[in-house]
Amino acid sequence: MLFLDYIWLIPLLPALGAAIQFFWGRKLSNQAVSLVSVGLPGISFLWALGCFFQLLRLDGTAFTKVMYTWLPAGAFRLTDGTLGNLTADVGFQLDALSAVMMLVVTGIGFLIHIYSIGYMGHEGGYYRFFGYMNLFMFSMLVLVLADNYLMMFVGWEGVGLCSYLLIGFYFHRKSASDAGKKAFIVNRIGDAGFLLGVMLMVVTFGSVNFLQVSEAARSGRFAVGDGVITAICILLFIGATGKSAQIPLYTWLPDAMEGPTPVSALIHAATMVTAGVYMVARSNALFVLSPAAMGLVAGIGAATAIWAASIGLVQNDIKRVLAYSTVSQLGYMFLACGVGAFGAGIFHLMTHAFFKALLFLGSGSVIHALSGEQDMRKMGALWSKIPTTAKTMLVATLAISGAPLLSGFFSKDEILWQSFASPYGSKLLWVVGVVTAGLTAFYMFRLFFMTFAGKSRVPHEVEHHVHESPRSMTIPLVCLAVGAVAAGWIGWPKALGGSNHFEHFLEPIFENPALRESAHHAWSLEFGLMAFSVLVAAAGFYLAYRWYVQRPEAPERVAAAAGPAYQILLNKYYVDELYDALFVNRAKDVGNLAAAFDMAVVDGGVNGVGWSTRMTAEISRLWDLWVIDGLVNVLAFTVKVLSYPVRVIQTGLVQTYALLIVLGVLIFMGYYLIHF
Amino acid sequence: MIPTHYYLLLGTALFTVGVVGVLTRRNVIVILMSIELMLNAVNINLVAFSHWFKEIDGQAFAIFVITDAAAEAAIGLGLIIALFRNKETVNADEIDLLKW
Repeated sequence: MLFLDYIWLIPLLPALGAAIQFFWGRKLSNQAVSLVSVGLPGISFLWALGCFFQLLRLDGTAFTKVMYTWLPAGAFRLTDGTLGNLTADVGFQLDALSAVMMLVVTGIGFLIHIYSIGYMGHEGGYYRFFGYMNLFMFSMLVLVLADNYLMMFVGWEGVGLCSYLLIGFYFHRKSASDAGKKAFIVNRIGDAGFLLGVMLMVVTFGSVNFLQVSEAARSGRFAVGDGVITAICILLFIGATGKSAQIPLYTWLPDAMEGPTPVSALIHAATMVTAGVYMVARSNALFVLSPAAMGLVAGIGAATAIWAASIGLVQNDIKRVLAYSTVSQLGYMFLACGVGAFGAGIFHLMTHAFFKALLFLGSGSVIHALSGEQDMRKMGALWSKIPTTAKTMLVATLAISGAPLLSGFFSKDEILWQSFASPYGSKLLWVVGVVTAGLTAFYMFRLFFMTFAGKSRVPHEVEHHVHESPRSMTIPLVCLAVGAVAAGWIGWPKALGGSNHFEHFLEPIFENPALRESAHHAWSLEFGLMAFSVLVAAAGFYLAYRWYVQRPEAPERVAAAAGPAYQILLNKYYVDELYDALFVNRAKDVGNLAAAFDMAVVDGGVNGVGWSTRMTAEISRLWDLWVIDGLVNVLAFTVKVLSYPVRVIQTGLVQTYALLIVLGVLIFMGYYLIHF
Repeated sequence: MIPTHYYLLLGTALFTVGVVGVLTRRNVIVILMSIELMLNAVNINLVAFSHWFKEIDGQAFAIFVITDAAAEAAIGLGLIIALFRNKETVNADEIDLLKW
């Protein structure tokens, strides 16, 4: 088992790349940087493939490897009184779920690294970009390959950090650094929930290891609907909403488009934002014990899906549309997990990684061709000018809209079917899902037509420079397009005659008897729903075609007619403004209060001490002047006054002295005469 | 015989005049003269008692006093001349260098 024994190489090679960039990157040429920071993830991907094939030979069991014990916490009491002994290890667990994630991260990550060579080639800070990207790969791989919640949290925080670093890559721009801060802070709020969930898990289970917790949850110790389990699940889900941009913590993702496009593709489409879905899927044993938590997950997933899709309908920045699309598609994945179809959620995660990364990289190619223009109102008629980009983007747009037989069709329809038919699902959830699918098809083809079709609205100076991207950028686009088409075929559902290899592969992870029952139901119903959703998507496509190719003046008329509704959507339901008023400005108020306190009380105290010292010195001076010197002067004055009579006697005249002699004699004589 | 107390009263009167002269006169030569007068008054006193007691001691003492007065007058005048050379005045009121 060569590859599996050295599984730790998979995260370590990108880490090595990051270290090399951080220490010597400045001195390396761009070519050397590319060789190191794209080559090492490439080797990681090959190693991951090797590990995957060796895992298949293990036939269903998980591969675990503990490197060393990180936190030997020792004995303590659990909530039910038993003695727990927590050890959190640095260890790896490779099973079907983490293998899927690992391949997605390394494979798509590698392609995006290759793309970045072309995209970032003329930018400053080339080595810094690749250093951060490699650090991100390392953190994400730690996250997906961890064997316990605490190590996963290390990776979780690491990807949050790299997200901040990469969003704020152009830190000279205030909007970029603000977006980086916003991402990190909103993420952190979710992380607080995550940590609380893990802590509750520690005192309930006495362990944070995935296998041990799942085993304890499935052992029957806990009743369905147990309060503590529900609390743990809700807290963990709060972490997922932060990381995976669901309501209410999604506001950072659209702003994160300030970062370079490869960052948006890798972090905010394919990998980091999917960490929340992965975590919920990993905790499926806990979630199925709590119908309340499942309902919350499904509800928020569905609500986010339709909310974000509605905002994406009217956005004019090409990357913003894709950002809201990502939020919406993540909503689908959580909807799937919430109705118990964890496998379908992971399936959609995988297909979405292909076509969303392709969409982002393609948009990056468009932006690159238009010398930095991102506003779709200034694009148009680019199909013939950048053909490779255009064709691959078309494939991706078809895939995300659920065009039959492409990857998105299989994964999205699986989710819609499960939300309809699963014991945890409901008709309402299905309706929301279908409406969102229609909206998705509409806004994605709106994006496509505004960019590539119709009349050119590109300004003249830019039009001269329009050129197809270099091969380093187009080759990954083609590879991803192949994936966007074919990746769904491993999940070909039974209703259409396939054997759904993907679901079977993931079955050991998601064992849940309740769900297995509902799997064997009327194929005709499933086929009917499938056809209906294709129809809805086709309607969305047709409406976009009418409004953006045949009658380009129509959107403006509709927007004017809709008036306030259009404004609300364009301004993203004013959620950012609401958060600012409720939280951000209140936090700033606390800061200002603290600053005022610091200035008035602390600095005032210091200044006061200085003032009082000067005052004391002044009093001392006055005392010295008036009292001390005064006493001396009074003394001298007294002496002068008292000595005056004595002084006056010194007339200097001999006759005066003679008079005194005579007077003295007379006094003596008088005394003797009287007494004798 | 003249009663002895007449001589004593004369002596006292002369002495008193001399004292007053020393104390009040401005001219230093006149002060010297007043001092001589006091000495002579003392001489009269001495001789008067010598006559009364029929002793010669009083008269002998008076001779000494005269001699003494002569020497003192010589020195006194010398002092006045030295004083005059320095202060250009024989007015006792103006010799007050030791005034405060």
